[in-house]
Amino acid sequence: MSATDYRNLAISAGLVGLVALMPFYASGYVMTLAVTVAMFTVLATSWALFSGPTHYISLATAAFYGLGAYITGLGIDHLPYWTLPLIAGVAGAIVAALVGVATLRLSGVYFVIFTLGLAELIRQLVTFAQVQAGRQGFYVLTSISETMIYWQLVALAAVVWLVGWLIWRSRLGFALRIIGNDETVARHSGINTAQAKVLLFMVPGAAAAIVGAIMAPRYVYIEPSMAFGPILSFQVVIMALLGGTRRLWGPIAGVIPFTLLWEVISGNMPNQTYLLLGVAFLLIVYVLPGGFVGLYEKALHRWREGRAA
Amino acid sequence: MATTMTRDVLSVRGLTKRFGGLVAVNGMSFDVREHEVMGIIGPNGSGKSTMINMISGALQPTAGTITLNGQQISGLPAYQINRRGVSRTFQLVRPLNELSVMENVVAGAAFGHRRRWGHEAEAFAETLLQKVGMGRHIHLPVASLTYIDTKRLELARVLASEPEVLLLDEWLAGLNPTELTTGIELIHSLRAEGRTIIVVEHVMDAIRSLCDRCVVMSSGAMIAEGTPAEVLADREVIRAYLGDEDDA
Amino acid sequence: MFIIITGLLLGGTYALIAMGLNLQYGVARIMNLANGEILVAGGLAAFWVYTAGQVSPILALFLVAPVAFAVNWLLYRIMLEPLVLRAKSRGALEVDSILATFGLSFIMIGIALMIYGGGYFNYSYLSTRVQIFDSSFALNRVVAFALAALIALALWLWLSFTRPGMTLRAVAVSPENARLVGIDVRRVSALAFALGGAITAMGGALISMFVTLDASTDGVIFTMKALIIVIMGGVGDIRGTVIAALLLGIAETAVGALISPGLTLAAAYVLFLLVLLFRPQGLFGRTTL
Repeated sequence: MSATDYRNLAISAGLVGLVALMPFYASGYVMTLAVTVAMFTVLATSWALFSGPTHYISLATAAFYGLGAYITGLGIDHLPYWTLPLIAGVAGAIVAALVGVATLRLSGVYFVIFTLGLAELIRQLVTFAQVQAGRQGFYVLTSISETMIYWQLVALAAVVWLVGWLIWRSRLGFALRIIGNDETVARHSGINTAQAKVLLFMVPGAAAAIVGAIMAPRYVYIEPSMAFGPILSFQVVIMALLGGTRRLWGPIAGVIPFTLLWEVISGNMPNQTYLLLGVAFLLIVYVLPGGFVGLYEKALHRWREGRAA
Repeated sequence: MATTMTRDVLSVRGLTKRFGGLVAVNGMSFDVREHEVMGIIGPNGSGKSTMINMISGALQPTAGTITLNGQQISGLPAYQINRRGVSRTFQLVRPLNELSVMENVVAGAAFGHRRRWGHEAEAFAETLLQKVGMGRHIHLPVASLTYIDTKRLELARVLASEPEVLLLDEWLAGLNPTELTTGIELIHSLRAEGRTIIVVEHVMDAIRSLCDRCVVMSSGAMIAEGTPAEVLADREVIRAYLGDEDDA
Repeated sequence: MFIIITGLLLGGTYALIAMGLNLQYGVARIMNLANGEILVAGGLAAFWVYTAGQVSPILALFLVAPVAFAVNWLLYRIMLEPLVLRAKSRGALEVDSILATFGLSFIMIGIALMIYGGGYFNYSYLSTRVQIFDSSFALNRVVAFALAALIALALWLWLSFTRPGMTLRAVAVSPENARLVGIDVRRVSALAFALGGAITAMGGALISMFVTLDASTDGVIFTMKALIIVIMGGVGDIRGTVIAALLLGIAETAVGALISPGLTLAAAYVLFLLVLLFRPQGLFGRTTL
């Protein structure tokens, strides 16, 4: 590791520490927002780790998230609380690996549809199973406070960043960038493309499941249509792409403004959240193809050229 | 040339590829000896590209075997074949545009036959870039490279895994006369290093000056094998290239 | 028997919808994820003319088709063609068109919610029952099936035996070669996209005769079903599309009747999964080079 690496690590650790202290000075409403921001930070950052370099648009976030929430819901009365996020992480990684094996050797369109359907499939199956068992959902009653949820999410975000940073520097990360450029070249350069993609897809799978497990106590009552709501998947895609996937910090640059905007619009005009999603997608495609990171890089480039001239 | 004394690196036996009812390659058999440059030539549509695609693992043969140093590689996925030591360029050059010039070459070194990573890979990539004549372009964006430079870059990427057998798929195609001279010289220098190379080419001058031996394909089958001078004088080869009108 | 016929009746409309998507993806190379919203819009239009003016949904087809054609033509020209032109690779176009058409679908939902305020809509048209073999079926289902079959047949004849139909198929096979023989690929792509949209919207008008639609959630479900059919049947394969659609119709009806109506999409999805795992080139697809 170089000196810059140590410096960046130290700065990042300091920032995470500052953010972790928020519950001591922020109001209740701000903390509610902060939990949402922290949640989407984990989801969008881990999403971008896979979808950024490979250009495979995953809409499976809701499926993993719901899976995690249900693991907490089912296990809370039987297992110690701290085991639940771990179990969720393992389960999410396994499901992601299965989905990956089935779809990642095919083209991107198949993958999008498959992941989009996955949440819906699990939702229908869970609903069916619950109807058979004669219930609609169940209560998650714990003593876990919002502050504890927040700290867990911030810690998870730090882990995701660290993992992302390590992957970025590793041969696996490099292999994925080659795959994203030209999969044929990757294959003919000795890269087991299917394996690399499946391995990396397990990261967002595990992360989203853990987030679901951590967030479950916040809902109190868990039912399928809420835990597996497809909008979550779309929000994550928009936030990550709006921020930009070429840098590790890119997604959070999309998470913060979009979460705030979403809060305002869903609070005042709940029907118009669809329009917001639509406009955001078009904005990403037509105006900000590289996200805010792209804008930043362009500005940086211009500034450097200006100095060189 | 004392070709009889050197061993066979790559052997093809009865290799066949069918696409539905169409037989693209039909029962091809030949050997590639160590340190030799072997040409696969033939008119358009004679099955040369299919041949290269099968050797590199892009396509699976319908029948027949390919062995590398006595071990069967046919049927393996492309990445496995690359790791065993067969590395290829592409007919339509495929640079990795979002990566730097250096990374393009490291891409060849990091996962292939002889693996290098980190500083070692970068140092090796730099040597290769010098060798192919791109020493001055290391810091340019890939998208700004000229056509021949992208071809050079691809060659460096392929060399980076130190393959046992190098497959050059029409590497000289599309170059202008000056570039062509440079290109031929470059392949000459690789040959002088004792590499084993299979070239698929249309450029006859290149075949004459570069190849130790050639196999000539027509309609998926081999119609001649020998030194370039021998095969280019062969009546059947001339007929395959020029058509039958001359005989009438 | 009842299940099979009901399934076939449903599958007939599905076939029409999937043909629309198949035209858009196979010829214009755009994976249109707003396809389901176009369908819902077609259904809404039929609902609107029926409830407002007591105009038969069958007559509404003559309104829906040209309007959807024009709208989709404009969408292609304004929104999607720039993406085709700027795309550096097929993969880049795929990602762009997925994101752009998702955007489009959400905007269409937003507009529908703004105008109608709420989700569900249905109406009662030709709801008498007819006897087929020993079971009785709702007349609207039978009529919708017959019309879907008629439109699909017309499309097939047009594609197979007319000159414009042949240029469309030429572009589907290879845009590069089509360009070489003097076909204006951009114009043909726009035409195929518009035609595909018109067919999907007609499918929506037909399906609204017997299914309650929800403007905010049903679009994406129909998009998925159409996609599953296209992938099962093979891109650009009309015969495959029809068979896959009928299979899906039967599978859904069977699962709905025998296990639980809540699992119809799960049934479609399982079919999709099986195809992906065992026949990724489609049921009758040839492996391409």
